[in-house]
Amino acid sequence: MRLVQGNEAVVWGALAGGCNFYAGYPITPATEIMEYMARLLPGRGGVFIQMEDELAALAAVIGAAWGGMRGMTATSGPGFSLMQEHIGYAAMSQTPCVVVDSQRVGPSTGQPTMPAQGDVMQARWGAHGDRPALVMTASSVKDVYDTTRLGFEWAYAYRVPVIILLDAVLSHMRENIELPAVAPSPEISQPTGGMSPPFGPYPFVPFSAATRTIVSGLAHDESGATRGSGIGAASERILQGALRQIEKDASRIARCRTDRLEDAEWAIVSYGITARAARSAIDLLRRDGVRVGLLELHTLWPFPEHIVREVARKVRGMLMPELNLGQLVLPLRSAVEGICPVSALGRADGELFTPEAIAAAMTEEIQQIEVGGRVSHHA
Amino acid sequence: MPEVGEDLKRYLRSEMMPTVWCPGCGHGNIARSIATALDRLEMDLGQVAILGGIGCSGRTPFYFNTNAMHTTHGRVLAFATGLKLANPRLTIIVAMGDGDALAIGAGHFVHAARRNIDLTVILYNNNIYGMTGGQQAPTTPFSFRSTTSPFGSIEPAFDAVDLALAAGATYVARTTTFDFAEMPEFISEAIRHPGFAMVEILSQCPTYFGRLNKLGDAPDMLEYERDHTIAAEGSTTQAVEITRQDLLGTLPVGVFRREIRPEYVHQYAALSRARGGNYGE
Repeated sequence: MRLVQGNEAVVWGALAGGCNFYAGYPITPATEIMEYMARLLPGRGGVFIQMEDELAALAAVIGAAWGGMRGMTATSGPGFSLMQEHIGYAAMSQTPCVVVDSQRVGPSTGQPTMPAQGDVMQARWGAHGDRPALVMTASSVKDVYDTTRLGFEWAYAYRVPVIILLDAVLSHMRENIELPAVAPSPEISQPTGGMSPPFGPYPFVPFSAATRTIVSGLAHDESGATRGSGIGAASERILQGALRQIEKDASRIARCRTDRLEDAEWAIVSYGITARAARSAIDLLRRDGVRVGLLELHTLWPFPEHIVREVARKVRGMLMPELNLGQLVLPLRSAVEGICPVSALGRADGELFTPEAIAAAMTEEIQQIEVGGRVSHHA
Repeated sequence: MPEVGEDLKRYLRSEMMPTVWCPGCGHGNIARSIATALDRLEMDLGQVAILGGIGCSGRTPFYFNTNAMHTTHGRVLAFATGLKLANPRLTIIVAMGDGDALAIGAGHFVHAARRNIDLTVILYNNNIYGMTGGQQAPTTPFSFRSTTSPFGSIEPAFDAVDLALAAGATYVARTTTFDFAEMPEFISEAIRHPGFAMVEILSQCPTYFGRLNKLGDAPDMLEYERDHTIAAEGSTTQAVEITRQDLLGTLPVGVFRREIRPEYVHQYAALSRARGGNYGE
């Protein structure tokens, strides 16, 4: 057991996932990730480079992927906004990479050192156009490690930029965890042939002497060709294929944790740092005899509709507390519409919810539902 | 692109022809010079990657029979930096436009030069934004017209050579599409140079820059290039002094710097070794 910081856990999880390339730009509260990488990667034979801005950081990661290294970057809101151009490029070019966004209060410079969950929609919809999205979050240092490691696996399995959402508190808090030993220089074998087409539902093959791949952000077909009458349709075909593949694996991708839902009449649906307060809120409510349970979402996108519906069928109402003014509650409501009512509890002032605040909102919702209707809270 | 002989065809992707470039555009001559340079250096095409940004010049990667990336506007050098670090054995040629390198991507340009990472930038300078239809570029000379400076530019123009020298590029040269001999010569030298190399090539855009400024068609513009440049081979200080001349006047062409300075990938490999790592081995 060791006391590990959330940002440090990102680094160990990434290394366990085979990460050997990091490009970044300093930003609170994500900076420690690059500081650890700067210390660790040279001695492990990997590459660390500090770029001139966040656009360049993600561009370098994408370039490195085509050069055969497994790359990531980490940032916070303002940098995440800048990275949208290249998140779109990574999606269009089916380049595997991992982007960690330690959320702080926005918009703009906001409150650099204070936690938020305001990038949930940007993580899904930030780049222009449609794209597949794999977005995960975590609520403990151990989760951060596991999620980052898994992020690399998924980035390569689905050839997408995987986004991991942390927040200022999770990044900076320390918890005792068991860190599995990480091999000094992971050798990840990658296909080297030029046998299958470079794009579409085929494995990611970096540049080699055997390939003549053209990577472009322009609409293209499976061969990489960007002109001809069918290019628009081919580009949509590749996108639809990627979306279908993710949909097909929805049950594997949708990671969550449940707590005391077995006999629950009410459910708090939560994610990230807020789920910790939600768990304590359940202790408080249960002490008062309220049968409430927790559904903690680890995968945010694709939104795990089947899981929330299953819970919705068993309870009389749901509450979603989140550190924004109502973002993930939108797909939640749309998924459980007609099954059970959902209340939202939001705040965007840089403070965490107390368990008492969540318990009070749940109690209020219960009272409201017992007389009928739906409520919305904003702290 | 002009007709190329059988000797150069193996460097090009015939299925991608014809190019997007307008009749009379100088960019095909530059691409042909890149092919000539690859041929002279007897490059193994599997070890070459050609990258481009967005704009007319950015289409260059599509025409070469190598691994290639057509990236985002201005940011190609950041992609190239990651690719080079991940695969140091690759010879990477980066095609950039003047808007790409000196406006939206100026920040990436100066930092790649400062690091002295072993990349070869071919800067296609046609003094205008061609792909979007003739808007003012950071290289549009003072008083010259574009669709967004319809009464003549009131801004001074950027000098790419000045900027590259100041940022620390270790091979800096400029020539024009008029000079068929110098283009492949400078490009070859830049590819061989172990560090950040930049060759700026003044290229004619008869469709927009020429038409809007009444400079005539492609042959007239090539003569214009010839008449408004002077050979200025020399030391750095001389070169810097000379490039500060008004861009409306005569522009010096030649090699302005050849310098060996620690290259970024080598520096990183040394750091990795010192820390017990095996990067680059």
